[in-house]
Amino acid sequence: MAAPFDLNDDGVVVIIGTGAGGGVLANELAQKGVSVVALEAGGRYLPDDYVNDEWESFGQLAWVDPRTTSGDWRVAKDFSGLPAWIVKAVGGTTTHWAGASLRFQDHEWKAKTTYGDVQGANLLDWPIDAAEMAPWYDKAEEKLGVTRTGDRPGLPGNNNYLVFEKGAKALGYKEVHTGRMAIMSSDDGERIKCQQTGFCFQGCKWGAKWSAAYTDIPAGEATGNLEVRENAHVARILHNEEGKVTGVEYFDKDGNLQMQKARIVCVAGNSFESPRLLLNSASSMFPDGLANSSGQVGRNYMRHMTGSVYATFDKPVRMWRGTTMAGIIQDEAKHDPSRGFVGGYELETLSLGIPFMAAFLDPGAWGREFTSALDAYENMAGMWIVGEDMPQETNRVTLNHDVKDQWGLPVANVHFDDHPNDIAMRNHAYKQGIAVYEAVGATRVFPTPPYPSTHNLGTNRMSENPRDGVVNRWGQTHDIANLFISDGSQFTTGAAENPTLTIVALAIRQADHIAREMSAGNI
Amino acid sequence: MTNSNSPRGLTRRQLLSRSAAAGAGFVVGVGFVAAPNAAWAKEMVALKPETFATLVQMARDIYPHDRIADENYVIAVKGYDTTEAAPAIEAGIASLDAAARGQGFASYIDTGWERDRVDILRGMEDSAFFQQIRGGLVTGLYNQKAVWPIFGYEGASYEQGGYIDRGFNDINWL
Ligand SMILES: Cc1cc2nc3c(=O)[nH]c(=O)nc-3n(C[C@H](O)[C@H](O)[C@H](O)COP(=O)(O)OP(=O)(O)OC[C@H]3O[C@@H](n4cnc5c(N)ncnc54)[C@H](O)[C@@H]3O)c2cc1C
Ligand code: SF4
Repeated sequence: MAAPFDLNDDGVVVIIGTGAGGGVLANELAQKGVSVVALEAGGRYLPDDYVNDEWESFGQLAWVDPRTTSGDWRVAKDFSGLPAWIVKAVGGTTTHWAGASLRFQDHEWKAKTTYGDVQGANLLDWPIDAAEMAPWYDKAEEKLGVTRTGDRPGLPGNNNYLVFEKGAKALGYKEVHTGRMAIMSSDDGERIKCQQTGFCFQGCKWGAKWSAAYTDIPAGEATGNLEVRENAHVARILHNEEGKVTGVEYFDKDGNLQMQKARIVCVAGNSFESPRLLLNSASSMFPDGLANSSGQVGRNYMRHMTGSVYATFDKPVRMWRGTTMAGIIQDEAKHDPSRGFVGGYELETLSLGIPFMAAFLDPGAWGREFTSALDAYENMAGMWIVGEDMPQETNRVTLNHDVKDQWGLPVANVHFDDHPNDIAMRNHAYKQGIAVYEAVGATRVFPTPPYPSTHNLGTNRMSENPRDGVVNRWGQTHDIANLFISDGSQFTTGAAENPTLTIVALAIRQADHIAREMSAGNI
Repeated sequence: MTNSNSPRGLTRRQLLSRSAAAGAGFVVGVGFVAAPNAAWAKEMVALKPETFATLVQMARDIYPHDRIADENYVIAVKGYDTTEAAPAIEAGIASLDAAARGQGFASYIDTGWERDRVDILRGMEDSAFFQQIRGGLVTGLYNQKAVWPIFGYEGASYEQGGYIDRGFNDINWL
């Protein structure tokens, strides 16, 4: 039951984007009786609409509006127009995500203190810590139904996991299991248990995996306090002479420019679109863009240190059967500078189908070296590397005024150079990943370069001091009291873990704060 | 289909023997390309039949899979046979043939060994033409459902209830 709010209703909270951050925030506020209008650039797709077909699903859900790239990262060469693999749909990238749901390790909230000065890195401690976040993580795990938390059992291991586990144990790794996954492992929860279809990246047709699209968003709408307007692309955030935001301008589904008034605006468009929107909202009062007195909007872009290792064996594995990412080695996640880098990384099972494998195994490669690998696809196992990358001021999202999107707005240019720490960590992870598979008799191994970014973080970062970042400990912008950032762009540092559980925990916490401040009349 | 003379005055027999030497297995006629066993045939819209046959050979040399039939390579590149795309393809194949002649072969398709054809391709790897053909094949070839079983890939599984009862953990050699 949608709640239609008037465009002139200036009592509503407007949320831009309905993914992990925005979708959860919208529901949490609606549950507390706050009136919310959520504007989502994409359309609405539910499990019946999802397709078990990699490219078709990509065409249905992915964000393919133009973006540009620069920097020395290989993505800029291999996928120059597609720096990120993220979703444009109600529910955001939680439709595509694999469900790996890990808490930060305690020290990762304090990267600067723990790692010390790292040359070229713009490290900073988060203004919050593990103790502060623990109760919010509890709530987030409960909401997502994360396996191996509460009394939820782990998922069963699929073929890809069994190969990975055997190799990991042979190497002496201890923290090896089928992961903490936002996927139902039993029939006791609200969602059906995982049917091992193997298309987690294409939207789970069973609804076994958590996605805001079919959990938080309909739950919020059922309260009557949340209206989700799909195919609504926000172009600009408006403000008054006092420097408070007053509403947003957006293009509706018919391409008409509309204006929605607001008491509070929360930006949750993922780490390219959120800073792009702040920059595109520049005015005579805020010539460098909204909330940008620090000059940090768009900077410190992080994408996790990633890469993959695939390996072929003399016998079949059939890695595509079953959950895409339910398998993890956590032993390398610790901070142990004796390995030659600060921070740590996780190794997680990963499978791609033939269409994506052809595109991503070794982009640009051709000839028999490449095709013989695909010929052995049935005998292939795979893992993904995800580790902490260093925030760098020069890794940033800027406006590219030479390229406009379909609304005539300058697109985001994404500049990224690997930090030496990222490279050292990746090389270490390749070596360990290869060793895992060689321990099970791999006949050939493939240290595969990073894909377009699935984890996008840091471009509106959280800081104690307004000089160092864009938002405070609540995700509230330092400069504008009624403007919040509610997605992964708030991240001060990236930690080794997949980010979404933390994005969700922060959104639940932020909803609590906003509702409290609203009833206290502070915003 | 004419089986007398091709536009360049080659007889069908000559064409057959040439393409057999190159392993392409094409019968090329006026405005028409077909497999000798009639497994597939394509009427040409804008490209010269020889150009198309060379393009198909080039596609196979870029992504050689010996268990994938020519038909699938034809499907992967037939989209270039349009009036808009043809001039660039004709020019690209002409430069490919020129490179083959530079190596002492009569033409690209007349270059008998794959390793020699691959050498020729390596020499033009950075050209826009090569990259256009290679890039297009990534989806043009590997996104054909018909080739998936050749790799063992099983495609959609939801309709069959996933793999929960169909071998998601059936590995038996560990
Ligand atoms: C294939 C894949 C696998 C992944 N697996 C995992 C995993 O296992 N574990 C994990 O933790 N994370 C995973 N992730 C990452 C995870 O999906 C993201 O971290 C998370 O969804 C980010 O949340 P967000 O709120 O920042 O943005 P999103 O979820 O991307 O939501 C942003 C939304 O904002 C909308 N939007 C943007 N701009 C505008 C605008 N101007 N107007 C209106 N709407 C706008 C977008 O359309 C989008 O719907 C994965 C991602 C991918 C692609
Ligand atoms: S493997 Fe499980 S979680 Fe993944 S899509 Fe299938 S049912 Fe959903």
